[in-house]
Amino acid sequence: MSENMDNNKESLFSLKNRKLLSNPLSKENPISVQVLGICSVLAITVQLRASIVMAISVIAVMGFANVIISLLRKTIPPRIRIIVQLTVIASLVILVDQILKAYVYDVSRQLSVFVGLIITNCIIMGRLEAFALYNKPWPSFLDGIGNAAGYGWVLLTVGFFRELLGSGTLMGYQVIPDALYEVGYENNGFMILPPMALITVGVIIWVQRHRDRELIDVS
Amino acid sequence: MEELASIFVRSIFIDNMVFAYFLGMCSYLAVSRTVNTSVGLGFAVIFVLGITVPINFLLENYVLGKGALSWLGSGFADVDLSFLTFIMFIAIIAAMVQLVEMIIEKFSPTLYSSLGIFLPLIAVNCAILGGSLFMQERNYANLAEATAFGLGSGVGWFLAIVGIAAIREKIRYSAVPAPLRGLGITFIITGLMGIAFMSFMGIEL
Repeated sequence: MSENMDNNKESLFSLKNRKLLSNPLSKENPISVQVLGICSVLAITVQLRASIVMAISVIAVMGFANVIISLLRKTIPPRIRIIVQLTVIASLVILVDQILKAYVYDVSRQLSVFVGLIITNCIIMGRLEAFALYNKPWPSFLDGIGNAAGYGWVLLTVGFFRELLGSGTLMGYQVIPDALYEVGYENNGFMILPPMALITVGVIIWVQRHRDRELIDVS
Repeated sequence: MEELASIFVRSIFIDNMVFAYFLGMCSYLAVSRTVNTSVGLGFAVIFVLGITVPINFLLENYVLGKGALSWLGSGFADVDLSFLTFIMFIAIIAAMVQLVEMIIEKFSPTLYSSLGIFLPLIAVNCAILGGSLFMQERNYANLAEATAFGLGSGVGWFLAIVGIAAIREKIRYSAVPAPLRGLGITFIITGLMGIAFMSFMGIEL
């Protein structure tokens, strides 16, 4: 019995569980490989600050949604599971929205409808469908956090480059020295425009697949 | 009438769901491999947006908004249920998608089988919820305006997905660098299309 307990404890961070956390960061990245949850990556990455807030919100919603659905997985009737999942996600998103409005109102204004759109962020639905419905709470939690973090780092990378090249600032502080502007350097106003987010993500995918040849699309 | 036409055209070109707001990107990228399927999905999106935006408009104005419940009696005049917006909108959308699916299955089995799995997918298409949330944010004056906005957004999304599907069908024969093939080049093409669509920006109708 005690051995069994030990095994259970061991397995909290066993290789398999660590994989759940680390795979979505690279090989199964929700954005660049699974193509889930693109909408918000593109729309709110003009500034790094908004990207960070969004990434944290998604991590929170996703971790908890996965745990809740995983706990309920045996009681949810399959026919109405989509409505149940959406209700759980929507309740969590309402919480996040209220917290953002209370503590970081300016960022909440900037994110506008995209906080609400976390509900339909397909990463969350996708992971609930594919993972949380069939697995225990702890692995589901790790899977949720892992996928949300995989989403988060792409978000931050895109936000970093767009803010740096587009406005010469990071988190609102100027980082490109004035001397450079005097020599004739100009901010690339193009980076602030929405289409450049798509091209930035395209380049991230390019770099990632160049380094990891397994991911190349053969079709 | 002129106002309606202006909202309709604006929501197709200037405020295009895909190119200006990046909504509905997931299904846009996943389903755009061939023109046929994307036409099917595009029509389904037009249909669902055209139904859910007006319904959510009514919901917003007669149930959820601040003071919207005053038609029930003066005691309800300052009830503000707006914190329930997300959950109500998404419930309406999920229910509508389910309903549309059943209606189509009953009356047009051929259309049903050709749309297949795309219908339930629409419930989580962010363009649909986004349509309702933008409708709420922009305070359209009446039901007709909201409907025009819903339909226009749907048509804009339809144009975008059919366009990218056609390009993807052709680009299969080009020498794209291997790591960029598939997803990567699709992103970049969408970016270029977005830049093209930006030329509509600032046009006053």
